Amino acid sequence: MTRRAAYEARQRRRANIIAGFSTVAVVGLVMVLVPLAPGWEAVKRSFFDGETFVRTFPTLLRAFLLDVAIFAWSVPLIFALGLAIALARGARAAALFPLRIFGAVYVDLFRGIPVVLLVYLVGFGIPGLGLPRPWNSPYIWGTVALVLTYSAYVAEVLRSGIESIHESQRNAAICLGLSDRDSMRYVILPQAIRRVVPANMNMLVALQKDVALLSFIGPVEILRQAGIFKSLLANFTPYVVAAVIFLCVTVPATRYADYLLNRDRNARS
Amino acid sequence: MKTAIAAVTMTLMAGAVWADGHCAAGKTLTEGTLTIATGNPAYYPWVIDDAPESGQGFEAAVAYALANEMGFADDAVTWVRTSFDEAIQPGAKNFDLNMQQYSITPERDKVVDFSAPYYTAPQAVLTTQAVIDGGATATMDSLKGLKWGVVASTTALPVVMDRIQPSQSPLVYDDTANVVEAMKAGQIDAALFDLPSALFTSAVLMDNGAILGQFDPGAAENPDQFGMLMPEGSALKACVDEALAAMSDSGKLAEIEAQWLQDATGVPLIQ
Repeated sequence: MTRRAAYEARQRRRANIIAGFSTVAVVGLVMVLVPLAPGWEAVKRSFFDGETFVRTFPTLLRAFLLDVAIFAWSVPLIFALGLAIALARGARAAALFPLRIFGAVYVDLFRGIPVVLLVYLVGFGIPGLGLPRPWNSPYIWGTVALVLTYSAYVAEVLRSGIESIHESQRNAAICLGLSDRDSMRYVILPQAIRRVVPANMNMLVALQKDVALLSFIGPVEILRQAGIFKSLLANFTPYVVAAVIFLCVTVPATRYADYLLNRDRNARS
Repeated sequence: MKTAIAAVTMTLMAGAVWADGHCAAGKTLTEGTLTIATGNPAYYPWVIDDAPESGQGFEAAVAYALANEMGFADDAVTWVRTSFDEAIQPGAKNFDLNMQQYSITPERDKVVDFSAPYYTAPQAVLTTQAVIDGGATATMDSLKGLKWGVVASTTALPVVMDRIQPSQSPLVYDDTANVVEAMKAGQIDAALFDLPSALFTSAVLMDNGAILGQFDPGAAENPDQFGMLMPEGSALKACVDEALAAMSDSGKLAEIEAQWLQDATGVPLIQ
């Protein structure tokens, strides 16, 4: 080990020790000070009641499976539609101008409308036109509402990715004799999609939480189930249980995405 | 200015002196006035036209009768609005009493205080004429086959799950308006409400609403009883209960019920 490496190792060790002490001090202070607040006992009973936690956990976990299912069937639809809209907005042929207009209007419209409103409008409105069962199911139309909103966001993300690829790539593809279609498919999109993975991961985390909005039109997913417990037990602990379950999924998912991205970056550089 | 202050002071003193010696003295948020919370909005027939100050509607009328019984004049009653969540959150409350058809349950009673019940609500099945034409009847077997919807913050869900035990799991909504919308969209066949709310929803909020039947409240193990909600450990509870008992004995409570909730007759019982 060189003298410089030894010095740097020493500095790192020192920084770690200081960081450790300050973290312990902050956490310790929070743990000591918060329970000293006069209302702590009442807050603890309302939000962190152990008995309620244990009693509601199994039901909430089962209700969470519904969130996972809605999420799972929404994601492929969102990305397929999002990609189609992004490509429509990026169409270059003059004859395809109406397609570009459509893409722009679609994005403006569905990105601008609050998700909740769209869930109500599509979830109650379209079945209200007189669809027979099972085609009026809130699951189907709630999913449609989520797909409409999120595909608009994803389309914009993908478009920014496509536009970030330098024009020279497209020119090079043409020089190699690739058609417009093939240059988009084999040259531009693979690079563009990779660039916007972090932004799309954000979308997925947000979607994971917005899935709960479907409960407004009937389905009993985890947040609704927590709300039911809240009103029956007059206690907010079920929401804390729901938050814990959500975190158990979203935190590892984002960390895994970070890991994949780092690996990808290291492999390319 | 001086005279104004003097006048206010006199009024306050008069109020204090007048409330003195009664069980509510010194136990309300503001001395000399009773602060009562209701829903936002408050619905017919509990409060007429969302204006509790008028004393029109069952709960508004009960509130004023109770206030008088406790020694407060009509103009000493102040109204505020709260959601269910605000009523059960920990910490200071902005009301002495909260009246919005709160069903008394042992679990809720651990977190807040309830007065003695002021109304026992029969549960009724709200549906549409189309569902009745489709063959639904007021029997348990028929009810099991329906697709149910309920409002999340009510005690209707346990009743549906435990007593009716439907073959498909019920859908759950935030409020009455959403239940009505889902029924219009054909997503649910029937919904469970307390009878007065069901009658109002069927008559006013729906075009082809119908009441299929009601559960006999006397036969239920835990009848749905409405109580006034107070903060946990409220000093006012004994006083409110005493006043309610007096109103019940004197027939005042039954009189108000007959005036505002009389249409409840003639709805068939569920077999």
